[in-house]
Amino acid sequence: MSFQEIKRTLGVALWFVFLTFPIMVIRVNQVDMTIQWRWYNMFYVGIGTFVGGLIWRFALARRKTPGKPAPAATTKTDTNETPADSAGGGSIKDRFARLWGTVTQQKYRRPIYAAGLVLLLAFPILSSLYQTSIMITALIYVMLALGLNIVIGLGGMLHLGYIAFFAVGAYTYGILYKFFGIGFWVALPLGAILATLAGVLLALPVIRLRGDYLAIVTLGFAEIVRIVFNNLTPITGGPQGIGGIPRPSLFGIDMNLSAATTYTYYIIVAAVALTIFVVWRFENSRLGRALVAMGEDDIAAEAMGIDITRTKVIAFALGSFWAGLGGVIFASRTTFINPASFTVWQSVIVLSCVVLGGMGSIPGVIVGALGLILIPEYLRAFSDYRMLMFGAILVTMMVFRPGGLIQKKRKAYTFQADAGEASS
Amino acid sequence: MSERILNVQDMTMDFGGLRAVNHVNITMDRGEIIALIGPNGAGKTTFFNCVTGVYTPTGGDVFINPPGEDERSIKGQKPSRIATQGLARTFQNIRLFGNMTVLENVMIGRHSRLKAGIAGALLRNRKTREEEEQVIHDSYEILKRIGLEQYVNDLARNLPYGAQRRLEIARALATEPFMLLLDEPAAGMNPQETKNLESLIKRIRDTENVSIFLIEHDMSLVMSLSERIYVMDYGKLIATGSPEEVKNNPDVIKAYLGEEVSA
Ligand SMILES: Nc1ncnc2c1ncn2[C@@H]1O[C@H](COP(=O)(O)OP(=O)(O)OP(=O)(O)O)[C@@H](O)[C@H]1O
Ligand SMILES: [Mg+2]
Repeated sequence: MSFQEIKRTLGVALWFVFLTFPIMVIRVNQVDMTIQWRWYNMFYVGIGTFVGGLIWRFALARRKTPGKPAPAATTKTDTNETPADSAGGGSIKDRFARLWGTVTQQKYRRPIYAAGLVLLLAFPILSSLYQTSIMITALIYVMLALGLNIVIGLGGMLHLGYIAFFAVGAYTYGILYKFFGIGFWVALPLGAILATLAGVLLALPVIRLRGDYLAIVTLGFAEIVRIVFNNLTPITGGPQGIGGIPRPSLFGIDMNLSAATTYTYYIIVAAVALTIFVVWRFENSRLGRALVAMGEDDIAAEAMGIDITRTKVIAFALGSFWAGLGGVIFASRTTFINPASFTVWQSVIVLSCVVLGGMGSIPGVIVGALGLILIPEYLRAFSDYRMLMFGAILVTMMVFRPGGLIQKKRKAYTFQADAGEASS
Repeated sequence: MSERILNVQDMTMDFGGLRAVNHVNITMDRGEIIALIGPNGAGKTTFFNCVTGVYTPTGGDVFINPPGEDERSIKGQKPSRIATQGLARTFQNIRLFGNMTVLENVMIGRHSRLKAGIAGALLRNRKTREEEEQVIHDSYEILKRIGLEQYVNDLARNLPYGAQRRLEIARALATEPFMLLLDEPAAGMNPQETKNLESLIKRIRDTENVSIFLIEHDMSLVMSLSERIYVMDYGKLIATGSPEEVKNNPDVIKAYLGEEVSA
């Protein structure tokens, strides 16, 4: 690292100290109307930024000039990278790749999946009510991220209003309960269907929009939905929302909070499993492929006979379905909903789960959602800086791993040399 | 036994004040290889875009006559519908699905010939599974015919340039067209690749029963491949005829070389 770079980093650190001065150093004590000068914070910010900046520059430099050509930089290894390809190196990255290769080998796959499944199913028994309840939230987000992944990850459409469909699902249950006393199991499919219809309704006018324009319109749509729920006080209860929504019922058995939470946990696990199954099948089908092609290049896709209108509507409908389903479960879990739960910020979180985990990759999106929801929960101690860390993680990811944590790998097929028989 | 398969009548395309295609008449018979040439910005790509439905022409009409079917107008139809009726194309600036594999690119070409819908995707019943196996098999066969099977699982964006151009042709062929519109297929190719392309195009016409409409700047390729040539300049057709006739047409020489040389 050159002296020049160290000087630059120092400059950045000083600039940061200056920028954060008002929030980090000055504090107004509201009670006795005095100003506290926390000079020590200035020191921390300076040192922290400087060290962080050095690490950042170091990592960037390493990325630009890898010791030996990284697998991703060569042309042919992208899809069919076998563990053998990346073996033999000594760097941390190579060793990690080798470990990853071993772990994902066919013979270890089943035991790992089985262990994961057992852990998932035993979770409510092994952990406290609080933990289970956090896990439910995380799994709801997994479901949302998987649904949004259909639109963004596969279809390449920047959809910033996804949370609106979540709201539609939640309010479907809330309103149906409030006025007709309808229970969870009836509301569940209704919420999903209404959200799907809302998805189609949004898809139709935005068919011709791309990129930024689509993002803005979907964002606006979500805000409209939220404001309607906010202002339709006679029906939705306005900002006060709807309370007393019952938890999921089981043949009318009375359950205490702990049992109800455990029950909800298993419901969301089943719902997530269903989501994974459907998304996975869809992705590997003719329509799923068409959606991916459209996301890659819609003009070429149209020239190949893919009906863009139909494909977009299917993507929006299928994506919204899971949001609606998740919304009903969310309402039953919190027993209280109001418009504040469905702000743009929630859309951004779901979007981050998808982008961070790996667009288009099912395991990636799951890991992304679990990480983004669970980590902040366990970082409550740093609650003041959560947003800061959130932003930092996103920026770091975009620079060092733009494809997400677990990047999508296209399916590879093997063919017998002459017969052309396919297997996968 | 010549049979008309494309009939473009009096086509005009305006972009605001700019008339990119100006009252153009072009016809094509079954089994022909024809070419459309002209200086940069003459309106050739725009003409293709109008025929394939990317733009709706502001004037005129386009008739096609797929084998065994009635002649019909395709003006104003969506590109996907036109493609399904048997018009396939490639793009001047390669438009592959870069992050999909070579095989998947060809499989997308098969899209309009397959049926599986949402229910089939989720239930994965026998019919859907058989269809999937069939499309994988067929797509691989197409790759073999075009000579791209060695790349089958590579991402399209990682292919060498010449192979990308050929993959576009393979993908277009997968739609089972009766007519293939190639927009500058040799652009950026080296002489060897261009030669291979020439024999490939001939072979496609002869063995796949596909008529070929070519836009190309490489004159030697155009002259050796095409049976008839249309020349366009500033949106207007300025000449038509055999390669020999076009080569010696003073208007064509003027359009390509400029005013002073023609004297
Ligand atoms: N979408 C559009 N909007 C406005 N003008 C356009 C559009 N598409 C093409 N044009 C204009 O139409 C004219 C013809 O363009 P076109 O791309 O058809 O030329 P071309 O013959 O294919 O040229 P080249 O040999 O360079 O590919 C050009 O002046 C171009 O700027
Ligand atoms: Mg052109």
